[in-house]
Amino acid sequence: MMLKDVDRIFTNIYGLESAMLKGSKKRGDWNGTKKLLGLGRDKIIDIIKESGLRGRGGAGFSTGMKWSFMPQEVGDRPHYLIINADEGEPGTCKDREIMRHEPMKLIEGALVAAFAIGAHVAYCYVRGEFYRETKVLQSAVDEAYAAGLIGDNACKSGFKFDFYIHRGMGSYICGEESALIESLEGKKGQPRLKPPFPANVGVFGCPTTVNNVESIAVVPTIIRRGQEWFSGIGKPNNAGTKLFNISGHVNSPCTVEEEMGIPLRELIDKHAGGVRGGWKNLKAIIPGGASVPLLTKKQAEYATMDFDSLRELRSGLGTAAVMVMDNSTDILRAITRLSAFYKHESCGQCTPCREGTGWLWRVMERICNGDATAEEIDMLEEVTKQIEGHTICALGDAAAWPIQGLLRAFRPELESRVKKPSTAEAA
Amino acid sequence: MRESGKEFSFNEDTEAMVQSTIAKYPKGWEASAVMPLLDLAQRQNHGWLSKEAIDYVSQRLNMPPIRVYEVATFYTMYNLEPIGKHHVEVCTNLPCWLRGSDDIVAACEKALNITMGETTEDKTFTLSHAECLGACVNAPMMQIDDEYYEDLDTASTISIIDALKAGKTPKNGSQSARFSCEPATGLTSLKHQEALLKSEGNGGSL
Repeated sequence: MMLKDVDRIFTNIYGLESAMLKGSKKRGDWNGTKKLLGLGRDKIIDIIKESGLRGRGGAGFSTGMKWSFMPQEVGDRPHYLIINADEGEPGTCKDREIMRHEPMKLIEGALVAAFAIGAHVAYCYVRGEFYRETKVLQSAVDEAYAAGLIGDNACKSGFKFDFYIHRGMGSYICGEESALIESLEGKKGQPRLKPPFPANVGVFGCPTTVNNVESIAVVPTIIRRGQEWFSGIGKPNNAGTKLFNISGHVNSPCTVEEEMGIPLRELIDKHAGGVRGGWKNLKAIIPGGASVPLLTKKQAEYATMDFDSLRELRSGLGTAAVMVMDNSTDILRAITRLSAFYKHESCGQCTPCREGTGWLWRVMERICNGDATAEEIDMLEEVTKQIEGHTICALGDAAAWPIQGLLRAFRPELESRVKKPSTAEAA
Repeated sequence: MRESGKEFSFNEDTEAMVQSTIAKYPKGWEASAVMPLLDLAQRQNHGWLSKEAIDYVSQRLNMPPIRVYEVATFYTMYNLEPIGKHHVEVCTNLPCWLRGSDDIVAACEKALNITMGETTEDKTFTLSHAECLGACVNAPMMQIDDEYYEDLDTASTISIIDALKAGKTPKNGSQSARFSCEPATGLTSLKHQEALLKSEGNGGSL
């Protein structure tokens, strides 16, 4: 069954109505925000915990739990909220729509989240290429300040709250929270070793929570409608609604808010007009952004779009960016393109990733071009395992997994592409 | 890094933005402003960062030059060489590739008579590959300067470049009949907004 409009949070996701204050108030934003804050820090965190909201940036960690890791009392060091809007995972374009079409949900959510973690300042780190989106968001921020919704006395609650936009300048790795923090401090975006975790030592040496745009933007609606409403949608441990981006070989690519746990095939058929040339023409689907292993057609038949069931299929929900590939796709070429991406984006800090991503890409290129020998397929797999788990951040894993998924599902295609040993070699 | 042989300092317009930018960050953490200041310097310096401009930013923020060099060389949006007046960046990552970004690259190369990575002789256009630009349901797409052009095909790509050549401002956003990221075949959710979709006409929701 499809999600009903009445249960959709992002009712202006296509930007057909005004994104600014007047339009967004009609949709219910900023309705009784002072009362929401009146619930108090602990109650707000409890509601978000009980709602079952899991972080929408890819990792799927409980948002309420993350907030509860912040120190109970604000000591000498101020607390900070950082909103991760460095959307760069190939296939993913949901936060963009929130920033340009639903900016008030993000700003209101930031106020509530900041209040809950005892932060008076939020930084929204937006990827630099989103120039227009940043402009819209800044206009919305200016409007919210002018209306007294944020600022020295946010919503007349007595709580001071400032919202600043910080633009990235082109770096995928800055979507990793500790690299983002480094970048916000004016450094190269290289991930930090943990511990200490950001909740203890984050930006400017202070306790910090980093949340994805979508995670923050859904908060006010969840609190207004109640945790039972949100947890009643979706599946146990995989609650709520979710923005899905459906791209690639479908008849009508789109972004849509749907129920967590929706069958993948239903999502594609109902919203994206089905696979190009029909379901029978499907080759493979990457269900959650470039970093997760692909699903075969057979797996895609029964896959449901939530964290736990996709993990069982050895893939992942990630950012819920669904990339569909039909039978015309050179699947080796497709995954090689992703390998080139990870090589380009490796920050260079850890040797297994810096060197390994280049190895993976070069071997994939050789296989694609028919220059590789059969042994190189095993070597390819071996290299993915030498990278996986041996780096500070997850970029190394993200480079390894798509290739591991390819090897699991399409090994015969790789084998058919390698060089046949010449008669002299065979002898 | 390349020297331009010309001194650099912020002009009056840029200077007005510098103070408000530094004020976003706590006292003692002025280095946080290095990325936006380098961006402002690049915009003032015809789209690229000369060594003089980078050194100027390091002085302004009281940072050791090496720390600013590290930043300038790490992030892809800083151009360390002179660049054409318009920077055409075609996304060739997977979602765009699946929907024909090879054709868009070919169209750009043909329309500009250069290959990837080159600048036209008259210094008007530089053509580059881009990694995923985050508009995947509107693939294939490209970015030119600050604008996104989406749902491209060969014809629309050429007409955008022709418009820029003629000194015009082409329409940004979707180049098809789409408004933004909704299904091209009509709404499957929020159907009460269908009338708005029709009244708004052709794309470009920003």
